[in-house]
Amino acid sequence: MENLFNRKYIIQGLFIVIALILMGQLFYIQVASDRYFLSANSNVLRKKYTFPARGVITDRNSKVLVQNEPVYDLMVTPNLVKPFDTLALCRIIGIDMDGFHKRFNKARNQSRYQRSVFEKQLSVQTYAALQERLSRFIGFETQNRTVRHYPDSVAGQFFGYVKEVSDKDIEESEGYYRPGDYIGKSGVERQYNDVLRGERGVENTIYNARNVPQGSYLNGKFDTLAISGETLVSSLDIDIQKLGEQLLKNKVGSIVAIEPSTGEVLAFVSSPTYDPNLMVGRQQGNNYMDIFRSANRPFLVRPLSGYYSPGSSFKPLDDLIALQEGVIDPNTTFNCPGGYWAGNHFVSCEHVDGNISLRKGLARSCNTYACYVFQKLMTQKKFKNKTEAYDSWSAKVRKFGLGSKLDLDMPFERKGRIFTSEEYTKRFGKHWGYTTVISLAIGQGEMSATPLQMANIMAIIANRGYYIKPHLIKGIGEKKEVKKEYLIKNSVDIDASHFEPVIDGMQDAVNAPYGTARASAIPNILFCGKTGTVQNPHGKNHSVFVGFAPRDNPKIAIAVIVENAGFGGAYAAPIASFITEKYLTGKISGSRLAQSEAMKKVVVLPDVPKPKIKWAPKSADSAAKPVATLPASSENKIVPTKTTTIN
Amino acid sequence: MTTQQGSRFFFNVDWITILIYTALCTIGFVNIYASLYNPETSAVFNFASNYGKQLIYIITGLIIGFSILLLDAKFFSVFSPIVYGITMLLLMAVLVVGRKVAGNQAWIPLGAFRLQPSELAKFGTALLIARYVGNFNPKFTDIKSIFFAGLIIGFPLLLIMLQPDTGSALVFLAFMFPLYREGLSGYFLLIFLGMIVLFIADFLVPAYILIPIIAAIGGFFIYQNRRKQKMMFSMIFATIIAIGYLFLVKVAYEKVLEPHQRTRIEIMLGLKTDPKGAGYNVIQSKIAIGAGQLTGRGFLEGTQTKYGYVPEQSTDFIFSTIGEEWGFMGCSVVIGLYVFLLLRVINLAERQRSTFSRVYGYCVASIIFFHVFINIGMTIGIIPVIGIPLPFISYGGSSLWSFTVLLFIFLKLDSNRMGFI
Repeated sequence: MENLFNRKYIIQGLFIVIALILMGQLFYIQVASDRYFLSANSNVLRKKYTFPARGVITDRNSKVLVQNEPVYDLMVTPNLVKPFDTLALCRIIGIDMDGFHKRFNKARNQSRYQRSVFEKQLSVQTYAALQERLSRFIGFETQNRTVRHYPDSVAGQFFGYVKEVSDKDIEESEGYYRPGDYIGKSGVERQYNDVLRGERGVENTIYNARNVPQGSYLNGKFDTLAISGETLVSSLDIDIQKLGEQLLKNKVGSIVAIEPSTGEVLAFVSSPTYDPNLMVGRQQGNNYMDIFRSANRPFLVRPLSGYYSPGSSFKPLDDLIALQEGVIDPNTTFNCPGGYWAGNHFVSCEHVDGNISLRKGLARSCNTYACYVFQKLMTQKKFKNKTEAYDSWSAKVRKFGLGSKLDLDMPFERKGRIFTSEEYTKRFGKHWGYTTVISLAIGQGEMSATPLQMANIMAIIANRGYYIKPHLIKGIGEKKEVKKEYLIKNSVDIDASHFEPVIDGMQDAVNAPYGTARASAIPNILFCGKTGTVQNPHGKNHSVFVGFAPRDNPKIAIAVIVENAGFGGAYAAPIASFITEKYLTGKISGSRLAQSEAMKKVVVLPDVPKPKIKWAPKSADSAAKPVATLPASSENKIVPTKTTTIN
Repeated sequence: MTTQQGSRFFFNVDWITILIYTALCTIGFVNIYASLYNPETSAVFNFASNYGKQLIYIITGLIIGFSILLLDAKFFSVFSPIVYGITMLLLMAVLVVGRKVAGNQAWIPLGAFRLQPSELAKFGTALLIARYVGNFNPKFTDIKSIFFAGLIIGFPLLLIMLQPDTGSALVFLAFMFPLYREGLSGYFLLIFLGMIVLFIADFLVPAYILIPIIAAIGGFFIYQNRRKQKMMFSMIFATIIAIGYLFLVKVAYEKVLEPHQRTRIEIMLGLKTDPKGAGYNVIQSKIAIGAGQLTGRGFLEGTQTKYGYVPEQSTDFIFSTIGEEWGFMGCSVVIGLYVFLLLRVINLAERQRSTFSRVYGYCVASIIFFHVFINIGMTIGIIPVIGIPLPFISYGGSSLWSFTVLLFIFLKLDSNRMGFI
């Protein structure tokens, strides 16, 4: 009996053990793991997002450049849908029955109980038609969105575009983005995306097991309203931006204008361009491919990623270095017999001027003068060897912003190129000297710059020795905050006094009767500049002009490049002068107005690469039809002993 | 006079057990109220609602309970064969006139109420087992006594299986504990445990691994007993039986169990997930319980409960309400109360002078234990979904009353423990 009585403890013990097992599992579910707790919230809570309007962008005169237009997404919650006249819905939103089933099945596969997008970005008109009958389409509702609208249809490359976030964006945002959000993909929309995007609003609603809303969660404690993005004030002047795009129409090239005293970019033209409105809305994808495939790469942002040799427009910079180094003074003259012998290279001028000074050398773009200056710089006695001389020279050139990024507030800026002495040694072996690299004297050879860098050099000369980082957005938000880095003056270490002789030459280039850009003089304004006619491997020479105006207290520095258009004085210089005049006086005066209208109509397109079809007739550059309405000044030419011609 | 008479009747009654009983009923009412609470309609107390009904059930339950205390203790022993016989007749009747609810033919409609004979069969069987052991004092060492006890338990079990109500039928396995207490070999419990373990292992471990493992374990014991011929042969026999059982289980599983029962077992074993179908109850129940965390969301604050995410929450899944609104601490209190009640009943049983009372006490504790273990285990996903109520807490008159009767008969027997039955 005693034995059986002990079985009481076995039974009681079993009860306790089982109770402990239950408690163990309960402890795991309730305390140790938060998985079930989180599932409970996702069971009950549905978040409804309201999308913020992206920030508005204005030009420097507060004119709105980008605004938001309402569009409507048609949303569907599949389990709520009751049989309805599907054909009527299809007709309103312009899809067929196949499209309807495709969209509906997609939504149902995502979730039967959660809303998902049925059709994106319906226009206001479609929305109005739909809204009238929406009550008959149970389970469907609309959601407000806004999309970008660019009233002036200009500056496509400046704005960039906005697109729905990709899976990768969502992953990289670490939870910020959700499917359906928009993100800036290029241009300012990308660069300032964080400022422009605003904050999404959220509304937490409790749902019961039958998916019927039961009111807000904790009385809206965690609900937020959508906050619109900040307004950006861009530095662009929409009038000259528009003029620039018109002038470069049917040409390939770039215009960058900068306000020297502030570094604000006034015009940012890249041609060919496209209407930014094409990159908005339901046709975005198709339009993107069309633009992407069209000739001359409209998506290339030439002002900051187009590479050009500066050509003769480089000469003022080299002269400044020479003056600072003391190897020349304003009165130094060199004899120009119509060219310069550098070893076995011959760099030719188109003129024979005899003894020529700095001022006239710049005005007439004398290659001989430039080569002598370069020779003097590279053969200074203080240097032990050519490498040291070259390194010293290239360091001074780099001070002007060549060969490195200017850190413009835009994505995808490129840094241009200046060779190091090591690169030369690698290319030419040990035996190279200034004669080997004499092309650098006239801004050719192993030197390329972006239009932005060229315009920035003009800003430096206009400022007599410093620049402020060029930028496209001058103010952020209501307070129009300016970034601190845009208040710092970056010196190029050239004494202010050395600028006047160089500017004299640049003044004469435009205003003297023998200047290379004399046809581009602006009445009553001292427009100083320098032409360039840039040899390049892609065909005809690029037409280049850099300059600033007025001479005293300059308001605008500009660089214009027209690809494969020939002499700098023929296209780039007049285009620069029209923009400068328009900016400074608000109009283009007298007969120049007609000239500018004529320039807008000129077609200068590079040879389109010939299609690789054998039977195609050999076309002589039929696409390029330079119509020289303006007399081109005599430009300088280098004629090396090789067959190439450098201008 | 009445008071004195009353106090004579309630003399020696174990008030502690009644206190726990009342506490559990109250917990039940509060949580049924929360399960059925609708934040939109709410407010006014309504007797027509289910929580209102439950209050009536509790009050009538108490009346029934105290009425039982007024009966003569000898009544239960004397009438146990008759009670058993009546419940068996009802079990048979339900197969004929019963109403099908959710696939089980378990209910006999009686006016406004529905009678569930399987609930009555529990204490009918408990009474007869107690009577059998009390009268004949079998030690369950011979086949004959085991057979008789098995007959008493197996007959209602079989009838309930025919309904088919596997959950209620399983509860009859609880009678193994009182038999064990009275002398049934512990091997029966071990074999039973082994059958469950092998059953589960059969699904989780492939046969080509499982059979060598069993063979190895069997081989070890055969080797150990190599000098005791008789033991060795039983070991060989057991090993063969075990392996044969594995195949039998597979066949029985496919042929005997209903598809929904198979699904429930597979979900419990983690072989299948079906969050929108059969697994929905368990997943939602676990989510609700997990949402309670340590201290619970608070009374009427459980979102899963309030917004109806757990099906059958006031009946079989009432524990999920406790879990969500009162958290781990509340759950611990409830489980603690049950354990206290079970240990108390066992202790009370052991102080009985009559074997009838002791065996009956063990029956009561075991039945309650099976219900609690299976029900809570089901809501937290360690036991397949078996629809049996949580004693004293789940909504429903039949279940509350039958547990009340079950418990209060024992309390009556206990209060009369000095007397002879």
